[in-house]
Amino acid sequence: MQQHQNPVKSLEAGLQERLQTELSPAENVLATFPVDLNASLHFAQGQVALTERRLLACMPAGQASSGSTPWQSWALDGVLVLRQSDHGGVGTIELHDAHQRLAVWRYTLRAHEKAQQLLQAFERQSEAIRTGQQPLRDELDGSEDDEDFGSTDGQAKPSTWVLLRLWRFAHPYRFQLLLGFVLTLAATAATLVPPYLTIPLMDDILIPFQNGQKIENRLVYMYLGGLLLAALAAWGLNWARTYVLALVSERIGADLRTTTYEHLLKLSLDYFGSKRTGDLMARIGSETDRINVFLSLHALDFATDVLMIVMTSAILFSINPWLALVTLVPLPFIAWMIHVVRDKLRTGFEKIDRVWSEVTNVLADTIPGIRVVKAFAQEKREAERFRAANQHNLEVNDKLNRIWSLFTPTVSLLTEIGLLVVWAFGIWLVSRGQITVGVLTAFIAYIGRFYTRLDSMSRIVSVTQKAAAGAKRIFDILDHVSNVPEPAQPVAITHPQGRIEMRNIGFRYGSRTVIRDLNLDIRPGEMIGLVGHSGSGKSTLVNLISRFYDVTDGAIRVDGTDIRRFAVADYRRHIGLVLQEPFLFFGTIAENIAYGRPEATRDEIVAAARAAHAHDFILRLPQGYDSLVGERGQGLSGGERQRISIARALLIDPRILILDEATSAVDTETEKEIQKALDNLVLGRTTIAIAHRLSTLRKADRLVVMDRGRVVEVDPHDELMEKKGAYWRLYEAQVRRVDAQDLEDMGLVPAVAAPHSEHPAGQA
Amino acid sequence: MTALDFTLERNPFGRLVLTLADGTRHEGVTPVRAFPVAAPLEGVSLVATDGHEAAWVPRLGDVSGPTRDLIEQELASREFVPHIQRLVSVTSFSTPSTWQIETDRGLTQFVLKGEEDIRRLEGRRKLMIASEEGIHFLVPDVHALDKASRKLLERFL
Repeated sequence: MQQHQNPVKSLEAGLQERLQTELSPAENVLATFPVDLNASLHFAQGQVALTERRLLACMPAGQASSGSTPWQSWALDGVLVLRQSDHGGVGTIELHDAHQRLAVWRYTLRAHEKAQQLLQAFERQSEAIRTGQQPLRDELDGSEDDEDFGSTDGQAKPSTWVLLRLWRFAHPYRFQLLLGFVLTLAATAATLVPPYLTIPLMDDILIPFQNGQKIENRLVYMYLGGLLLAALAAWGLNWARTYVLALVSERIGADLRTTTYEHLLKLSLDYFGSKRTGDLMARIGSETDRINVFLSLHALDFATDVLMIVMTSAILFSINPWLALVTLVPLPFIAWMIHVVRDKLRTGFEKIDRVWSEVTNVLADTIPGIRVVKAFAQEKREAERFRAANQHNLEVNDKLNRIWSLFTPTVSLLTEIGLLVVWAFGIWLVSRGQITVGVLTAFIAYIGRFYTRLDSMSRIVSVTQKAAAGAKRIFDILDHVSNVPEPAQPVAITHPQGRIEMRNIGFRYGSRTVIRDLNLDIRPGEMIGLVGHSGSGKSTLVNLISRFYDVTDGAIRVDGTDIRRFAVADYRRHIGLVLQEPFLFFGTIAENIAYGRPEATRDEIVAAARAAHAHDFILRLPQGYDSLVGERGQGLSGGERQRISIARALLIDPRILILDEATSAVDTETEKEIQKALDNLVLGRTTIAIAHRLSTLRKADRLVVMDRGRVVEVDPHDELMEKKGAYWRLYEAQVRRVDAQDLEDMGLVPAVAAPHSEHPAGQA
Repeated sequence: MTALDFTLERNPFGRLVLTLADGTRHEGVTPVRAFPVAAPLEGVSLVATDGHEAAWVPRLGDVSGPTRDLIEQELASREFVPHIQRLVSVTSFSTPSTWQIETDRGLTQFVLKGEEDIRRLEGRRKLMIASEEGIHFLVPDVHALDKASRKLLERFL
């Protein structure tokens, strides 16, 4: 999992060797862990090793010398303890005895896993020494499937070649592409006929006429007819080729867009958390379009141009090699120039892209938050922010345009010079009688086209770079491996019971440990209430159970199977999720309710809405179930939206139900309505409910109190109250806070047995 | 200079022990800067092991003597923000990309997960780069880097 460069690796190997010399013959190393920071937090290499009897450490020395201090060792006596903590990407392990701290080691989180293993091994060993038993060796969590954690290697790949990867999308259309290529060949050949005909037109007709001969009508008709035919053929062929290839490239673009979007949807939540909406939208929208235009227009033109150059050169050489040679002399110069400018342009265009998404990001930030902007009267500042982003965009563009604008005129200049050379050399050859005037005219006609093509070809540099930059950004998405990988051989999940076991689970978000060493068993059909301060890891735990993220350590099992062994979509089908902020998609209410099961019948939809206590208010809407609801469900109150989302969860009939602060965004009155809906939803399902208001959890079988990523208490409400622990404190604090009306509500809580009946409150 | 209404000492376990004016003792307090980037010398909180603030130092600059030394020692051992001095190489210009860098804390490498992990501070001159492992690297001034490093960096900005 770690990526070590070779020098580091050899250093590590060196340490390994030196460790061997330290050990006594019968001693075995149980675990090692690389310490990569020294006391002053400089990068260095050291090692901590655990054997059956001792803990050995070689501290990293100061930064200058790569040598390290001698090995220190502490005999395991059952009293020594290791304490581990991490902060800001740096982990710390401290060794304590009963009286003081003996040593501190710090490491970057790259070594986290190893550190964890060492810690566990140390625990086992100490335990064994304390109890005087042989430790159970080799139980090193062998079942842990490491294959699941795909490491993200930063593989090198040259930027322009990224376009070749588009072949994956072009492959299905290879026959159409071949047809297009043949047509291109034919069309190009047809366009090369007219200049060739200028030779006989000059030499056989016009020049003899100037020298006093009569014009032969038959010949004139023949040549003019030839010109017309060539033009017509070129027209027809060009039409067919452009049509065929544009058709193909449009399809490639569409495939690319859909594939990217499909892939994007499969990525885990933390990808979306770290990307900005505007940027993602720009990538899938305009970048694919740019690639599309590149394929259908620029790449096509370029291919034609190359063909034309090759064919023209062949014709020119067949007429007169020397003149052909002179004609082609400017070509390498232009090629060289293109090469020089290429790099600058490419980086420039990439930069412009990034700046451009900065501009769209300002929009994507502000427009959804428009109410806040207006409420705080910050229109001016937002406008200023947009202006600044635009300004930056301008600056970057200006810088690039300086190079770019010089580029095209230079190519034109070279073209003119090239023509000049051909004229001069041509006149000299004519004067020596080596070629006819007709040949010179043909050459000029050919290279006139030839050089104009070169000019337009030089444009391919920039469009290729642009398309490559776009393709890179697309493939950035496509190459991103989901943090929630699909198992290679998924276990089928058909009728889960809903038993959930969490074994030593840990989760790190970036450098922050959010959940540590958590164990919890949930019986099928049990309702668990998760309580704790905000930031205690409740939502994270729920996200882990839903597999929006994967645990960093340990495992979550449903019905005894690690949830990483199920296909993600299969597994989630059995999970119903009701969130604090219900999200309604644009569409009718019926469509929103049936979101998780589009094939549901109308009867089922109505039944679900009834159970969710949403039926009545839906009927009050002018178009009933066919009423349209907007992006954020405008027109519906928070409670109404929530009940729709409850109906949505009910309809899929999940075995596991997760209520994440489902009622906290509404007033108490509405909460009661929702609560009634939830009571129907909870029946017979394994339910995990997070709630701020503890009254919401009155029906929970057990309450799990969390604090800073750990479970501190698990028991039913009454027992927790008796214990006077963390839950009691939370509860007391809340009772003190609530107003009279809520107090009445809360007062009922402990006595609750039968649901529904206790709503005497609410009559204001 | 403001008088502090607490005392701070270090116990043999290496923990900071805070004693408040009313005699309450907190063992194992950790100093935390409130504005580590914008104003590192203002607002240092001493957070107790239960995660709540035990004492607040409005201005670290106003504190002197052993208390300040203790706070700074502890901060120094917790704050790990290597300053990037030179980019040696990057494996690719598309992310994820592994960077070989020279920092004020020695040579190292890290994986840049995405371009958005580069945070621009103070009008684009200062950069804060978050690595995949969660370490934050700082480029104090982009213009102070050598040309080759700037060129590599430019490709990501």
